[in-house]
Amino acid sequence: MDLRYSESDLAFRAELRSWLADVLPTLPPKPAPDDWPARRDWDTGWQRQLFEAGYAGINWPKEYGGRGATLTEQLIYLEETTRAGAPYIGVNFVGMLHAGPTVMAEASEEQKAFHLPRILRGEEVWCQGFSEPGAGSDLASLSCKAFRDGDHYVVTGQKIWTSFAQVADWCELLVRTDASSKHKGITWLICPMDLPGIEIRPLRTIVGSSEFSEVFFDEVRVPVSQRVGDENDGWRIAMVTFSFERGTGFISDLVETDKMISELVELAKRVTRKGATAWDDVALRREIGQMQAQMDALWAMTKRNLAQAERNGVPGVGGSVVKLYYSELFQRLTDVAMRLLERASLSRDDVGQLVGSGSFVEERLRSTSFTIAAGTSQIQRNIVAERILGLPKDR
Amino acid sequence: MDFELTDDQIALQEGLRSFCSGRFPIEVVRAVEATGGIDRDRWRELADMGTFALRLAEDAGGVGLGTADAVLAFEELGRALVPGPLVWTHLAAGLVDGAATGEVVVTGIERDDASGVIEFPATADVLLILDTDGAWRVDVADLALAPLDPPLDPLTPVARLTAPLPQGAKVLDAGPAAELRLTGAALTAGQLLGISTATTDLAVAFAKERVQFDRPIGQFQALKHLMADMLTRSEVARGAVYAAGVTVDDPEVGPVARAVAAAKLTAGEAAVENTKTCVQVHGGMGYTWEVDAHLQLKRAYVLDAAFGGREHWAEAMADLAFT
Ligand SMILES: Cc1cc2nc3c(=O)[nH]c(=O)nc-3n(C[C@H](O)[C@H](O)[C@H](O)COP(=O)(O)OP(=O)(O)OC[C@H]3O[C@@H](n4cnc5c(N)ncnc54)[C@H](O)[C@@H]3O)c2cc1C
Repeated sequence: MDLRYSESDLAFRAELRSWLADVLPTLPPKPAPDDWPARRDWDTGWQRQLFEAGYAGINWPKEYGGRGATLTEQLIYLEETTRAGAPYIGVNFVGMLHAGPTVMAEASEEQKAFHLPRILRGEEVWCQGFSEPGAGSDLASLSCKAFRDGDHYVVTGQKIWTSFAQVADWCELLVRTDASSKHKGITWLICPMDLPGIEIRPLRTIVGSSEFSEVFFDEVRVPVSQRVGDENDGWRIAMVTFSFERGTGFISDLVETDKMISELVELAKRVTRKGATAWDDVALRREIGQMQAQMDALWAMTKRNLAQAERNGVPGVGGSVVKLYYSELFQRLTDVAMRLLERASLSRDDVGQLVGSGSFVEERLRSTSFTIAAGTSQIQRNIVAERILGLPKDR
Repeated sequence: MDFELTDDQIALQEGLRSFCSGRFPIEVVRAVEATGGIDRDRWRELADMGTFALRLAEDAGGVGLGTADAVLAFEELGRALVPGPLVWTHLAAGLVDGAATGEVVVTGIERDDASGVIEFPATADVLLILDTDGAWRVDVADLALAPLDPPLDPLTPVARLTAPLPQGAKVLDAGPAAELRLTGAALTAGQLLGISTATTDLAVAFAKERVQFDRPIGQFQALKHLMADMLTRSEVARGAVYAAGVTVDDPEVGPVARAVAAAKLTAGEAAVENTKTCVQVHGGMGYTWEVDAHLQLKRAYVLDAAFGGREHWAEAMADLAFT
């Protein structure tokens, strides 16, 4: 076991760090949360900058224009960009992390040649049309249907919680092409979002903004050439899509969590009660110390997962354990912030001297989604119990 | 960076695992209750396996391995619930004659430990005392002790000091003694990790077998989720425990005390929470003396308190990370 970074890792870190130091101060101010066109421009602009500097698609293979970095370099990349406060991947999330890798693995040469360079350069934004009102955790029960009419699939149905739908050019869309089979009746389509018959109705989230939408399809004609893989083989492809969340998928969330613990300490030093700061309270210091210990442990586990992925191509205990642990840790730390702030938590704007109080309140609300999105914690526990521990299935 | 076991480390781990299952099956472990927590013959076998001399340099008669390796060895000892003051005797190797070879059994205490509780009072030969000035040795026979009965863990007998600790003979200066304390915490974390996974295995095996309402209880989601949390705690702690071993050996990769804090705290949490859950999964059987779950639970508490408990390390972590 060896935790030392190699010379080339250290060089990569130094080069990236200095590039970030140069470029981050030159970024335009962040747009307002609900100005979606501006958000799209901002996020894709950053993607373009990454591309020009050779950092886009750090985990993408070189043959598809990515950097083909080692897993350790990916870890360094995510660590440095998150620590430096670089823009979050934002609207590029689905394209870069889900759809792009799925296209690489499963799509035709024409589809690859068309989409991959555009995604990398920030010229294409994708959304994920998987969940439906009747099909969330039980995704395979989805019913948005598509039938063949000549060279087209005619799609009718509804998707929900579709993040970034209002600014997306393309949708990775799962449709029901055979009603007689649950898992073997699903097809994976690349659906252009500007086709007639698509209606997007933004949903207001718990934080008040509209990250996701309901998307309605009314006899939308999607060319058959937009299909990825075979008809009715979409479930397998969706599983490929999900598998990209493993390995390095959650690393930036972990770095973010680590950063939030430090910010919580800063907040605790600003909160005064009974003539002392909250940080003077040993009970609070212990509670935060415990979270930091858990965070450090999780980070060490991530390095083990990477080492195992590097060796066998499969990450150690996989993404479920990481996701379960960090999401609940993050929620706990925002809970501590709420308790610390007491009535100063009534505002999502910073209250007086309490710099950062507003963002903690917002993070408390936002992090309620961490145990829901991308597979709820209950589903993750089912996966750990059945696939790792081998406990008998319910059905 | 390659944070995965080397082939040698895997061999060490497997060697100890098969040694423990061959020489320390649970009947043997349970039998030491009658002999003060230690069976001298098996203790020497542990020494022959290199348990105590593992980190001692080869020219001093040791095996010459590092703390990262020792942590793996102690994980196996923890998994098998091998009894005795293993960590203290290991730390004493090279400092107390006979410790490395298993001739002399060494227990230990922090001088400022207000409880005055001594482990293995009837069977240990030497008491190692750690304080801010260094490490000191005293013969256990010279201590004034009053019995404490019954102990929390039937396999960890205890007594109480009735007079202040003697100063003892100095065996180590302050600096190396402080390092010894961190190593002790890292190895104890290894044992806790071993218990946390053994108890998960025990719970899972039982849940696959035990039938209620015409199905194996492992099919009930309420239990599945408890056991998923057991695995999660163990695996997260494993990262920290292995990292602590590596960091003790190679302090350039990070602050040692912080790595040890994360390891001891998360491994203690994993062992205590998982052993409690294992009892719960077993139902009424879990409450009996017959099922091993109680031995795991009790040892988890014993080791969680050793070399600084979770309260200690949580506070230490806050100081280490944020001041
Ligand atoms: C912020 C956010 C962004 C999202 N973005 C997208 C997106 O871009 N594209 C997309 O397709 N989807 C997206 N989703 C949807 C997300 O994938 C689903 O919300 C999630 O899979 C859960 O499905 P559901 O909401 O229907 O809840 P349900 O499945 O109805 O679950 C409700 C409750 O029942 C529990 N439950 C369900 N089944 C089981 C079971 N078998 N065992 C135990 N408990 C169970 C759940 O854990 C949960 O507590 C997003 C969600 C959020 C919160």
